[in-house]
Amino acid sequence: MVGKSIPRVDAYEKVTGRAKFTDDLILDRCLVAKILHSTIGNGIVTSIDTSEAEALPGVVKVVTFQDVPDHCYPTPGHPWSVEPAHQDIADRNILTGRIRYYGDDIAAVVAEDEVTASRALKLIKVEYEEYPVEIHPRKSMYGSNPPIHFDKKDNVLARSNFFIGDVDKGLEESETVVKRSYKTPIVQHCHIENPISFAYMEKGRVVVVTSTQIPHIVRRVIGQALGIPWGRVRVIKPYIGGGFGNKQDVLYEPLNAFLTMQVGGRPVKLDISREETFRNTRTRHSIEYDLTAGVDKDGRLVAKEMNAYSNQGAYASHGHAIAANGLTAWRLQYACPNIRGEAYTIYTNSPTAGAMRAYGIPQAAFAIECFMDDIAKEIHMDPLEFRKKNLIHGYYEDAYLKPIAANTNGIFECLEKGAEYIHWDEKRKEYADQTGDIRRGVGVSVFSYKTGVWPISLEIAGCRLSLNQDGSVQMQIGATEIGQGADTVFSQMAAETLHMDVENIHIVTVQDTDVTPFDTGAYASRQSFVTGTAVKQCAELLYDKILAYAKTLLPEQETRELSMDHGWIYAGDEEAISLEAVAQEAYYSLSNSSVLTAEVSTQVKKNTLASGCCFAEVEVDMKLGTIKILHIINVHDSGKLLNPQLAEMQVHGGMSMGMGYGISEQIVLDEKTGRMLNGNLLDYKLMTALDTPDIKADFVELDDPEGPYGNKALGEPPAIPGAPAIRNAVLHATGVAFNENPLTPQKLIDGFKKAGLI
Amino acid sequence: MYDIENYYNAKSVEEAAALLKEHPDTRIISGGSDVLIKIREGKMAGTSLVCIRDIKEIQGVSKKDNGDIYIGAGTTFSHITNDPIIQECIPVLGEAVDQVGGPQIRNIGTIGGNICNGAVSADSAPTVFSLNALLRIEDGNGGRTVPVKEFYLGPGRVDLKRGEILTHVIIPAEEYQGYRGHYIKYSMRKAMDIATLSCSVVSRVNMEKNILEDVRITFGVAAPVPFRCEKTEAALKGMSVSEELYQTIEESVRQEISPRDSWRASREFRLQIGGEIAKRALIRTVELAGGDRQ
Repeated sequence: MVGKSIPRVDAYEKVTGRAKFTDDLILDRCLVAKILHSTIGNGIVTSIDTSEAEALPGVVKVVTFQDVPDHCYPTPGHPWSVEPAHQDIADRNILTGRIRYYGDDIAAVVAEDEVTASRALKLIKVEYEEYPVEIHPRKSMYGSNPPIHFDKKDNVLARSNFFIGDVDKGLEESETVVKRSYKTPIVQHCHIENPISFAYMEKGRVVVVTSTQIPHIVRRVIGQALGIPWGRVRVIKPYIGGGFGNKQDVLYEPLNAFLTMQVGGRPVKLDISREETFRNTRTRHSIEYDLTAGVDKDGRLVAKEMNAYSNQGAYASHGHAIAANGLTAWRLQYACPNIRGEAYTIYTNSPTAGAMRAYGIPQAAFAIECFMDDIAKEIHMDPLEFRKKNLIHGYYEDAYLKPIAANTNGIFECLEKGAEYIHWDEKRKEYADQTGDIRRGVGVSVFSYKTGVWPISLEIAGCRLSLNQDGSVQMQIGATEIGQGADTVFSQMAAETLHMDVENIHIVTVQDTDVTPFDTGAYASRQSFVTGTAVKQCAELLYDKILAYAKTLLPEQETRELSMDHGWIYAGDEEAISLEAVAQEAYYSLSNSSVLTAEVSTQVKKNTLASGCCFAEVEVDMKLGTIKILHIINVHDSGKLLNPQLAEMQVHGGMSMGMGYGISEQIVLDEKTGRMLNGNLLDYKLMTALDTPDIKADFVELDDPEGPYGNKALGEPPAIPGAPAIRNAVLHATGVAFNENPLTPQKLIDGFKKAGLI
Repeated sequence: MYDIENYYNAKSVEEAAALLKEHPDTRIISGGSDVLIKIREGKMAGTSLVCIRDIKEIQGVSKKDNGDIYIGAGTTFSHITNDPIIQECIPVLGEAVDQVGGPQIRNIGTIGGNICNGAVSADSAPTVFSLNALLRIEDGNGGRTVPVKEFYLGPGRVDLKRGEILTHVIIPAEEYQGYRGHYIKYSMRKAMDIATLSCSVVSRVNMEKNILEDVRITFGVAAPVPFRCEKTEAALKGMSVSEELYQTIEESVRQEISPRDSWRASREFRLQIGGEIAKRALIRTVELAGGDRQ
């Protein structure tokens, strides 16, 4: 079953519209909540008057920052830590009078309907005292008066560094030293379904139904935010319309829980708009990098240094974990004896940055992979040859974080496949030294990526299986289906280990923290690896239990070894009894009935590096400043594929994100106010189907010893290598190095003019 | 849920005009692809609407005996693109409105709404300008006919008084017969976008196809309203078809248009693109004329 392209187990439900999403489950007579956002970017609320809003017919309740609990809580979807030093930064209130970014949440209205709620918002009168706005991390890091958060005087949320060897000495001994700076933009996830929740009370407990990747974490954070015991919170996660990391954060669920408690437990819906999703949920961090490297006369890296400045925005969310992940990437994959890295994560008056697919690595990879091309150009070496000379063959491990290692390493095979597809050698020659208005180029980039978060954070997963009367199996897992196909591959895994048809595995797609086994959720490309380990263990346990019980029914087979295969128990190679008969006995035997179930809660202390590459061929219209992607391929080293067709779809989706990151997507903020200028799907240039070229996905399938089924990370990696490969192809085509993505027409025209090309 | 106070559905132009006069707080809605967005954004929240979507007399395309083409204001973009009269006589207009948004928008959005919304980025506007279109406006008691150029007053503002309804866009025969047109929409993506800059060129060459006899160049998003490059047009008329002609349009357009700096694109960027798309559009119209040797 594992390794086959079976149809998604939720395909028919989703295609026919039967799959229930949060908005399909709204209770009758549900109240509607709307949030009042600040119209300044930094300052305090000096007065707020809600009397007119409260008097509007249909308004049930108005709450402001003055009504919410005083204490702060953390929001990121990290496993909680029992060590206070490793706990997430708690810097947020449910509503606030201290405005830290344009659009901060001041108050909320609960009304009988949406129009009344909207009208009530306009009746709330707010006065502010404004402070200067700073949206640039490298300016904000010298402090502000007052600081954005009172306990961080210099606005620096965190700083970390590492040293390997002696970088200064290495640079001195290098034949060529190259220094460059790069910058990545703020972008957003653009999942189809906006974050939506509804909340109500039942038996003194608060229930929140929400579109989230992390139901068990949401439960904990609601408890923390409201200051109530975690057991009094129940979170239900139905089907969701994508997350990409934005829903790996606790967004408005604590506010929604608070609001239902304010209206006597009546159901309250909080369905934020697309504009609020852009401005008020999470974004990908913009990071600025200063890179230096020295190479010897053969083009081998001798020493390298990274300095990174990450724009956190107004609240900590996932915080320094993002920039720190980029630092780790800096010391992986390429051989280099002397490496130094330092990263700052800095509060600014920008919207809050959090988790987004590949968690800091698209940023780092853009800088690193542009840099590798720039070094190769500096020493007149083919960029693919330069990479092959410096990439590590075979096993390697991280110097700091054990046991992170490339237990299998297919990067050279990936490069070979990609180069062949794009006709690298011919096209590098053919496209050298073009003039003309239309120019073509090819580019490459590589990456490596961890599988899960161990040892930086906890990895734990849960699975529960029970044998039904007909010999089929009921399956519950704590990890979440968010569109990536988790339910399908978990079903395949259980079927594989139980030697059953996948049709006989009935997976429960909804997570309900009251009944679902504990698991931290969908993120970090962890599920098929970590949860997969739990599924395999649980299935092995059930398999053994079934055989043990079958043995009691087959006294005559005492001496023969039993096995199970597709509905039959075999003694030796003979069919001894059907699984259904075993199950019926287990349920209804008057002498010895005991339903056969298995449940595991598994901690995984492993991590293995996936890798891959992208090759792109572009055509640049010099006078219109446009890039046409002619061909693009990602080749992934993600271990054995669990479902090749689903894997390919994962890669297509990720490549679409990578291309958008490369040429069109960016959030633009007003310098003076910090207001988001393009926070909607018209002005934020997500690529459409017409902008998307044919995309090609390929794989190198090495059987990873750490993966439960030989698999390693694939969920996030496809989004990583596209942008730098496109940028490097434009460099090849035009000779102009663009060091800030996306490569928009405006940047291209400016760059070509500066270079005297148009 | 949209914040709409009242809704009136008119079955005729007279009824619509009467409803608009009777209820001074109303706005006209047809396809709704502009109006509903503004209601949702809160800019028109609480408004009342007079719907003209069911008025049959302002839908469809017809050609009069004298060759004038009447396009009903309530005709959708996809209808215009697929209409045989448009395809035969003024394909450039069908191609231009086929670049609006996406298929769903083109199936509900109308040319009248596109013009009356007054947006300088409207995909129909540059071509309607380059075709020297006339607009028929009625108020239930009578009406008036105005050149489209005089209809646009400023960003989002058009010359439509309370109780007036745009009923037809008229393309006079002499304005399109013998002409070829090409529209280039420069936007940041290929669908679901509005123009960063747009240019519609309508031109006529002589029998020998070597002299540019007449040309009209209109830009969207180069000024507060759609902008005709009259100086450039005058300079180009009578020039022979050559590389020099194309150099001249590129340079002259850059002198004539005055786009603004904004976060969406810099003035310098728009000047670069403006010259280039005007040149490419003119090249295309001449090619189209050359390909048509009846």
